[in-house]
Amino acid sequence: MYLTQGAEAIVKQEEDIIIKERIQKRYRIKVLDDKIRKERTRAEARLISETRRLGIPTPIIYDIQNFKIEMEYIDGEPLKNVINPELSKRTGELTGLLHSGGIIHGDLTTSNLILKDGRIYFIDFGLAFIDRTIEAQGVDVHVLFQTFESTHEDHEKLINAFYDGYKQKYIHADKVLKRVKDIEKRGRYA
Amino acid sequence: MKTRILGIEGTAWNLSAAVVDEDDVISEVTETYQPDTGGIHPREASQHHAKYASTVIQKLLENIKSKGIDPKTLDAVAFSQGPGLGPCLRTVATASRMLSLTLDIPIIGVNHCIAHIEVGKWKTPAKDPVVLYVSGANSQVLAYRKGKYRVFGETLDVGIGNALDKFARSAGLNHPGGPRIEKHAKNFEKYVPLPYVVKGMDFSFSGLTTAAKDALENETMEDVCYSFQETAFAMMVEVTERALAHTGKNEVLLAGGVGANMRLREMLDIMCNDRGASFYVPEKRFMGDNGAMIAYLGLLMYRSGSITGLKDSHVDPNFRPDSVEVTWI
Ligand SMILES: Nc1ncnc2c1ncn2[C@@H]1O[C@H](COP(=O)(O)OP(=O)(O)OP(=O)(O)O)[C@@H](O)[C@H]1O
Ligand SMILES: Nc1ncnc2c1ncn2[C@@H]1O[C@H](COP(=O)(O)OP(=O)(O)OP(=O)(O)O)[C@@H](O)[C@H]1O
Ligand SMILES: [Mg+2]
Ligand SMILES: [Mg+2]
Repeated sequence: MYLTQGAEAIVKQEEDIIIKERIQKRYRIKVLDDKIRKERTRAEARLISETRRLGIPTPIIYDIQNFKIEMEYIDGEPLKNVINPELSKRTGELTGLLHSGGIIHGDLTTSNLILKDGRIYFIDFGLAFIDRTIEAQGVDVHVLFQTFESTHEDHEKLINAFYDGYKQKYIHADKVLKRVKDIEKRGRYA
Repeated sequence: MKTRILGIEGTAWNLSAAVVDEDDVISEVTETYQPDTGGIHPREASQHHAKYASTVIQKLLENIKSKGIDPKTLDAVAFSQGPGLGPCLRTVATASRMLSLTLDIPIIGVNHCIAHIEVGKWKTPAKDPVVLYVSGANSQVLAYRKGKYRVFGETLDVGIGNALDKFARSAGLNHPGGPRIEKHAKNFEKYVPLPYVVKGMDFSFSGLTTAAKDALENETMEDVCYSFQETAFAMMVEVTERALAHTGKNEVLLAGGVGANMRLREMLDIMCNDRGASFYVPEKRFMGDNGAMIAYLGLLMYRSGSITGLKDSHVDPNFRPDSVEVTWI
């Protein structure tokens, strides 16, 4: 069954398997496009597995090819549709674990978090990478806060709840939150 | 009765004043600051604006008089309140306050980024687009949602125009570098790999700029210019596509000075075609900084009752587009 065509991949569901294939982008020259798609596919499979080893729910990987990954189907609800302060807090805890483990998700949005059987699964690791710097963690959190702000009403409450959870699992949480504020100010005139 | 607004732009290199009504630009007068060497010096640019402000405004008022419009019948004066270079903003704000007092009409401070967007919607069929706004200092992907223009993604360091200009300078090309890089890129032979950095919905250009500078030691100018464009533009087109997917909108509008680049337009056009979205680019005169866009956003604000007033007319060099309550949509 055809599930979605996201921004970069076609996602199909065949019974309890998800097949995610990164499709060609004609606006990019082929050498660059092939390189990006191959790198992201490989990184995604590797980091989904490493993240699970940190105790964070992610789909099990069954197979990987050039531009294609086969993985476990997580039959749940995207956090986008059900987010509330309690779930935001737990997302904060899991993100705290992720960052303590040195992994950056790279595309933390409420579409890429799935609630199933009371557990929050992290999916879509196409932009994930290993990095232990406060800067990278700050950008990761900034991206999530941006989806809170751009798509959810109560974003202040969600942000505070996230922070509560994040603090519990990550000792440098304060530094990261301070950096998030700096990042918001950047990219503009000094 | 039509609304007529006088608008003044002067956030950076271009001092430009215009009068518009609902339908069109009635007159526009521009004085461009051209640095002799290197990039823009904020103080020099503001001295330039101070020197020409009264001439530009006088000329504009003469022009409208000759079209039978009495300056006293203008409805308001609008100016770029930010974002921009502090000294330039203050110069333009001062001139605008004086004009507001002399003509005895209200003053409206407008957000420069949103002015780029609204002029594009005015001059193209776009209605509710995802906007890629690319200029010297700014690079953002924005879209309207519930009372505000939300920033879906943006540069984490420098704007694409500044990145292009900086690389051009190190390659010995004159300012502004963007158009010169575009020219050299046409004669490429091969792609030189450069860092492609997209983090979620955001992107960054400083690593790319440094790598491109280094690449010049072993590669030709043409190849590096080409590779710079291909890499940097693809990053922004990717984020624009994500914003389309995320918001469910089906129009893209290109805004800002870097939007003059034909390769960037081509890439956006291909992306939109492949997704079944429409792609819009306004005429070139409305893409770089211009007075008409400030006047036009002033007009939208005036008609929806958003009058700034003298006491709130202080400038804001970091004025965020997503901090503006949109009263006119
Ligand atoms: N393992 C999975 N289990 C359940 N649903 C999934 C799974 N993987 C993907 N999906 C669904 O497919 C959608 C798209 O997948 P994914 O986010 O990985 O693709 P993408 O193209 O990278 O998307 P994006 O536009 O966010 O970059 C997800 O939002 C989710 O609804
Ligand atoms: N053909 C082109 N290709 C690439 N870049 C271009 C081209 N033409 C102009 N530019 C770049 O556009 C930039 C100027 O953009 P703009 O006119 O919007 O001014 P700005 O002062 O940077 O604007 P803002 O205040 O909105 O940031 C310069 O960096 C210039 O190099
Ligand atoms: Mg996704
Ligand atoms: Mg993705």
